[in-house]
Amino acid sequence: MTTILPRKDVVIVGLGWTGAILAHELTEDGLDVVAIERGPWRDTATDFNIGYVQDELRYGIRRDLFLQPTVEAMTMRNNTSQTALPMRDYGSFLPGNGVGGAGVHWNGHTWRFWDSDFQIADHLRDRYGAARIQDLQLQNWGVTGAEMEKSFDRFEYLAGISGKAGNINGQIQEGGNPFEDPRSRDYPLPPLQMTYAPTLFAEVTKSLNLHPFPTPAANLSKDYINPLGIAMGECTMCGFCERFGCANYSKSSAQTTILPVLMKKKNFEVRTESEVLHVDLDASKKHARGVTYVNTSGEEFFQPADIVLLCAYGLHNVRLMMLSGIGQIYDPNTGEGTVGRNYCYQTNAGAQVFFDDKNFNPFVAAGALGQTVDDYNGDAFDHGPLDFVGGAGINCIPSNGRPIQTRPTPPGTPRWGSDWKKATVKAYKSTLGFSSQGSSYPTRGNYLDLDPTYTDRFGRPLLRFTFDFPDNDIRMSNWVSDRMEDIAKAFGGRQYTNTRRKKGWDSVPYQSTHNTGGAIMGTDPKTSAVNKYLQSWDVANVFVVGASAFAHNAGKNPTGTVGALAYHAADAIRQQYLRNPGQPLVSA
Amino acid sequence: MSKILFSPTLAVTALSAGLAFAQAPDQADEIIRGRYQAILGDCAACHTAPGAKPLSGGLPLETPFGQIIPPNITPDKASGIGNWTEADFRNALKNGIGHDGKRLYPAMPYPAYTKMTDRDIGNLWSYLRTVDPVFNPVESNQLPFPFNIRLSMMGWNMLNFTPGEFRPDPSKSPEWNRGAYIVQGPGHCGTCHSPKTVLGADKTSEALEGTSLQGWYAPNITGNSYIGVGSWSEEQIVQYLKTGTNGHTIASGPMAEAIQASTSLMTDEDVHAIATYLKSTQGGPAQKPQPIPASDARMKVGAAIYHDTCSACHGGDGKGANQLFPALAGSTIVQQPSAETLARLVLQGSQAVHTPQAKTTPAMPSLGWKLSDEQVAAVLTYVRNSWGNAAPSVGASDIGAQR
Repeated sequence: MTTILPRKDVVIVGLGWTGAILAHELTEDGLDVVAIERGPWRDTATDFNIGYVQDELRYGIRRDLFLQPTVEAMTMRNNTSQTALPMRDYGSFLPGNGVGGAGVHWNGHTWRFWDSDFQIADHLRDRYGAARIQDLQLQNWGVTGAEMEKSFDRFEYLAGISGKAGNINGQIQEGGNPFEDPRSRDYPLPPLQMTYAPTLFAEVTKSLNLHPFPTPAANLSKDYINPLGIAMGECTMCGFCERFGCANYSKSSAQTTILPVLMKKKNFEVRTESEVLHVDLDASKKHARGVTYVNTSGEEFFQPADIVLLCAYGLHNVRLMMLSGIGQIYDPNTGEGTVGRNYCYQTNAGAQVFFDDKNFNPFVAAGALGQTVDDYNGDAFDHGPLDFVGGAGINCIPSNGRPIQTRPTPPGTPRWGSDWKKATVKAYKSTLGFSSQGSSYPTRGNYLDLDPTYTDRFGRPLLRFTFDFPDNDIRMSNWVSDRMEDIAKAFGGRQYTNTRRKKGWDSVPYQSTHNTGGAIMGTDPKTSAVNKYLQSWDVANVFVVGASAFAHNAGKNPTGTVGALAYHAADAIRQQYLRNPGQPLVSA
Repeated sequence: MSKILFSPTLAVTALSAGLAFAQAPDQADEIIRGRYQAILGDCAACHTAPGAKPLSGGLPLETPFGQIIPPNITPDKASGIGNWTEADFRNALKNGIGHDGKRLYPAMPYPAYTKMTDRDIGNLWSYLRTVDPVFNPVESNQLPFPFNIRLSMMGWNMLNFTPGEFRPDPSKSPEWNRGAYIVQGPGHCGTCHSPKTVLGADKTSEALEGTSLQGWYAPNITGNSYIGVGSWSEEQIVQYLKTGTNGHTIASGPMAEAIQASTSLMTDEDVHAIATYLKSTQGGPAQKPQPIPASDARMKVGAAIYHDTCSACHGGDGKGANQLFPALAGSTIVQQPSAETLARLVLQGSQAVHTPQAKTTPAMPSLGWKLSDEQVAAVLTYVRNSWGNAAPSVGASDIGAQR
């Protein structure tokens, strides 16, 4: 039996970064908003208690804050000739769970995608010709970098990002990223004080005529009070960011930047430990009536609402659309259907340099404390003579020196025993690592859909991945790895390793939780699931907010762009949609 | 535990209700003034239970003599004060004698309210008549024998109670007199902050010098320069009462409730007056004691725990961070004669007050599960005697008593 609840103006699925931003924005307009969150309530002092939050076994290894496969698993295969099997454990990527979502356990790298990303298809076609990108399903996002600037700015000031501008209104700034798009003002906080490894990386890359700059960080370099009046503290560089909640109010998250204000609002409510099963559509399938969810006692509720915002993790947004019949599921054979289209990931590789005479003190660290080189990222360099498009940021961000997982050893070291122990003691302090975070461009055969065999505990089909690294991206990554080898040599260490990306995505070892696409934004309802305001083309009172909207993934962490898209969608709802509710903001 | 009662909506309701039956603009003014008196007196702190209808009866108060439940003071005839007359109400506030001659217990701070002017009491009465009547019978008197005999309060009053309105001191400024009136009268600050006699009366000679209260230590708030508010500027006192935070400290516990429901809603003039008055008062030891030397074994253990567990937020130098982590260096709370509040914060944790100017509500996590009584005692001894602080050491038995 389903209990029918009193109507709300807005129901939000998931209370992470995007859910919290939209809830705050829409409650400012007086709307009555309820957020429904599958995981538990989480709060700094109670759940990220300074007395135990640095428990690497509990959080780093056993992954206490993450989605567990018993709650929702996914199936994977590399291509359509294979049969997908369920992942028995999350490995390659780790979706969050609970209030704050993945924004609780992130490292804090906060990037802006560039105009050449938002208009990627036009940009690359104009510069290199259509033939260069014919194997890729690259599409414009429907927005420009200039249009997104104020939303990026709002997110960065909400979150108190520490960084150094590289381009303020067209003026290149010494020490910042010269390849970034113009921004209207500098970051709210100066860069974090650099530790030794990134300092050395900056010296070496500069000597190679590259342009290192401090990675924009959501780990705060100073005390800060954000525009909502919420105070945050200076980061203590404890090195427990990724996979952990922050005990010091020093890492930006919904908890540290929005919830103290949002939770006091009388027109906002959150229901935790409540899983949305589907969005309910009316008979026309063009209008959402609300959502159906189930609580931990198995009781089912229908929450009617005028606006439905899907603000869960991108992959969950896509699956919920599929389970609800919002739009048509993508078919790689015909190219028809939009939901599940253009799933992308991240194409990463790494290098390590081993020294005899250096001490990097790797335990003094923060998730985004480091230096980046963008000379080989996106289209910052000329691909004319090359055989690929895209690129990678090269990052020296030693985010932690945690005892269980920080065990670098040079090649040839045994994997256990006393020699292994000796080697880890020697290498722990004297090893410098850096990595490439590469773009991931869409192809016709990389997509998401519903698994025909496997179901979850409610009998709903699991989400199925069909993904492998496209040849273009492998060529890109290897070319960037060559550049990294040049850098590694220039360090002058005793020896170095350079691990290259190979074909054949493996879902077991951790790689990145930057899963993008599947409900992409765009200009054409035939090739995108949502319009430029993240409004469903098919069901006008549904907005789908998150990295699910990325038409491709750049060589950057997604959160900055996710936050900006949340503000972009919120503005569209407040300034346009509410004047004419139920209507498409862009005519198809 | 938030007890925000006086929402704008309620004010409008009260106003329109008043107009509806009075048809007199004068009475509307009276009701608005009365509502402000209810803020000054923080009636809701005791008389409204969390989540309940305004003033319909509160949570039990734990007194050294037993439990008292604050009654329903809505105008409900059956269970509230609907049958009272204004004279009854005046008699209750001025003399501690309720309807039908029933003696009140001084948990109801009539020894302070007796100082209120007739006009203020009249306004408060007018306002209380406009509150929504709620049927909620409350048996206030839960005290054990012999304290449950209300008539015994006659004797108590003879020994401990001096009725009579506040008398301004003509040698002092109007602002000082206004502050003294609020602190001693409607604000009843001494109810929490003044030490008590064995009979539970305020020790008037030690007014506002600090005392234990429901598992917290209500600190010295006289102008004492190291454990009172003497080292705070008037502006910092104002900021604390208006927002709950001022760079020196961040309110939590019972004072957070008082700030939320009362002082943050007071006029700027009144809060300034309170600050002027408090800074002029003197009480407690004039001389700071000698700090326990860093070489003391307890200090060494405490330092190690502090740097491991506390310094990430409160800083190696004990300076904290504005609006987020209270400074421990130079903190008056830290140096009170009793470490009761500190022990409670470490064992149980606590969340800061939410006010429109200070929205963060940061929280001290509970560390009682992790630290032994000895360890808590050592770290508190360290905090109380570092960075220029000086206060008596804390013993493990003090901590055990608080668990």
